[in-house]
Amino acid sequence: MANKLHLRVVTPTNILIDDDCDMVIMKTVDGDTGVLYGHQPLTTILDLGKLRIIDEGKEKDSTLMGGFAKVNSEGLTIITDAAEWPGDIDIERAKESKRRAEERLKASDGRDTSEIDHSRAEAALKRAILRIDITGTE
Amino acid sequence: MASMRDIKRRIKSVNSTRQITKAMNLVASSKLNKAKARLEGTKPFAEETRKVIAEIGAAAGRLNNPLFAEEVKGNKALVIVLTGDKGLCGGYNSNVCKETQALCEGKDAKLITVGTKGRDYFKRRSVPIDKSVVGISEHFEFGDAVALGERALKMYKEKEVDAVYLVSTKYISSISSAPKSIRLLPVNPNEFEGEAKADSLVLYEPSEEAVLEYIVPKYVNTVIYGGLVEASVCELGARMTAMDAATDNAKEMLDSLNLLYNRVRQGAITNEITEIVNGSNALSQ
Repeated sequence: MANKLHLRVVTPTNILIDDDCDMVIMKTVDGDTGVLYGHQPLTTILDLGKLRIIDEGKEKDSTLMGGFAKVNSEGLTIITDAAEWPGDIDIERAKESKRRAEERLKASDGRDTSEIDHSRAEAALKRAILRIDITGTE
Repeated sequence: MASMRDIKRRIKSVNSTRQITKAMNLVASSKLNKAKARLEGTKPFAEETRKVIAEIGAAAGRLNNPLFAEEVKGNKALVIVLTGDKGLCGGYNSNVCKETQALCEGKDAKLITVGTKGRDYFKRRSVPIDKSVVGISEHFEFGDAVALGERALKMYKEKEVDAVYLVSTKYISSISSAPKSIRLLPVNPNEFEGEAKADSLVLYEPSEEAVLEYIVPKYVNTVIYGGLVEASVCELGARMTAMDAATDNAKEMLDSLNLLYNRVRQGAITNEITEIVNGSNALSQ
C-alpha cells in the first residue's frame, strides 16, 4: 500500500478535515499546486480557490478562503480563515452576496470611493462566485 | 427595633434580588459551556499559526524585518484592551483595566477598547482612546478580530505607534482567571525560543519575505481572536462565580432577616398577651 498524505485543514472555528488522502491540489498565489506524500517542506500562501482532495480515485472539493499551507514530515496543514464543504454552503446567501457585491462595485465605478471599499467588494464577489461555482460542480 | 412591616419589605426585596442573581448564575453557566467549546475549537488554529510563525520567526533573525524585534524602540504604544459590556462579574473588568494602567505607565499610550467597561474606565481617566468597539464581547466573529488587527497593524506600519500590546484575561479554570498582557508587535522572536528551529530546507513560496508579510497579520488577528474567545469565557466564569457568591450571601441575609422577623413577631404577640392578661387582672381585682 502506498504511503498516504496526512491532511489537516484548520479554520478559526473548527477543523474541517483531519484525514489521510492520496493527493491534495490547492490554489496558491503562484497557481495550482499539487501535494503528494513526501513533499519537500514548504510554506506557502494560498489564494481564494478550490481545495481538491483526491483519495482512491475519488475527488472531494471544498472552498478555501485564502490562508497558508505548511508541508512537513507530519503531512500537509492548511490554515485558513474559512473553508467549507459544498453541502454546507448556503447557496441563496452566496447568490445574494454576489448580487450585493456587484452592485457595490457598479456603484463605486467611476466615483471616488475609497480603495478599501472597492477591494472589499471585490473580495466578497470572489468569495461568492467561488461558493456558487463549487456547489454547481457537485 | 424595626417594625414587622419594614422587615417583611426587606425580605421581599432581598428575595427578589436573590432570584435575579440566581437566574444570572444559571444563564452564565450555560453560556460558559458553549464558550468553552468555542475556546476548544479555536485552539488548533491558534496553535498551528503559532507554530508557523515560530518557524519563520526563527528564520526571521536573518531577514531583518521591521515586524520582528526583540526590543521595542520608542515610547508610543497602542494597547488593545478586551473588557466586557456588562458588569456584575466580580473583578473581571477592573482587573483588566488595572493591568492596562500598569502597562501604560510611563508610555505614551493610545487605546483601542473592546467593551463598554473599558471605554468608560479610561474615558473617566482621560486616557486617549483611538477607537472603541462595543457590543461584541459576547457575539463576535473572526471578522471583528480582523478589523482590530488590521487597524493595529496599519498604525504600526505607518509608525504612529512603536509597539502594539493586547491586554485580556487568561483562562485558568471556570472559577479562576487572571489578567495578562502580551506584545503583539513587533513580534518578539525570543518568545518562540525552543518551539521551533529554523529549517533551512523549508521552501517558502513565493518568498520568505512575502510569506512573512502575509503571516504576521494573520498571526496578530489570530491572537486577538483567541483573546476575545478566552476573555468571553473568563467573563462568563467570573460572572458565574460572582453571582453564585451573591446568591449565597442573599440566602444568608434572608435567613437572618427571617429570624429577626420571627423574633419581632413573637415579641409583638407576647406583648399583646401580657397586655390582655394585665387588663383582665386589673378588671377582676
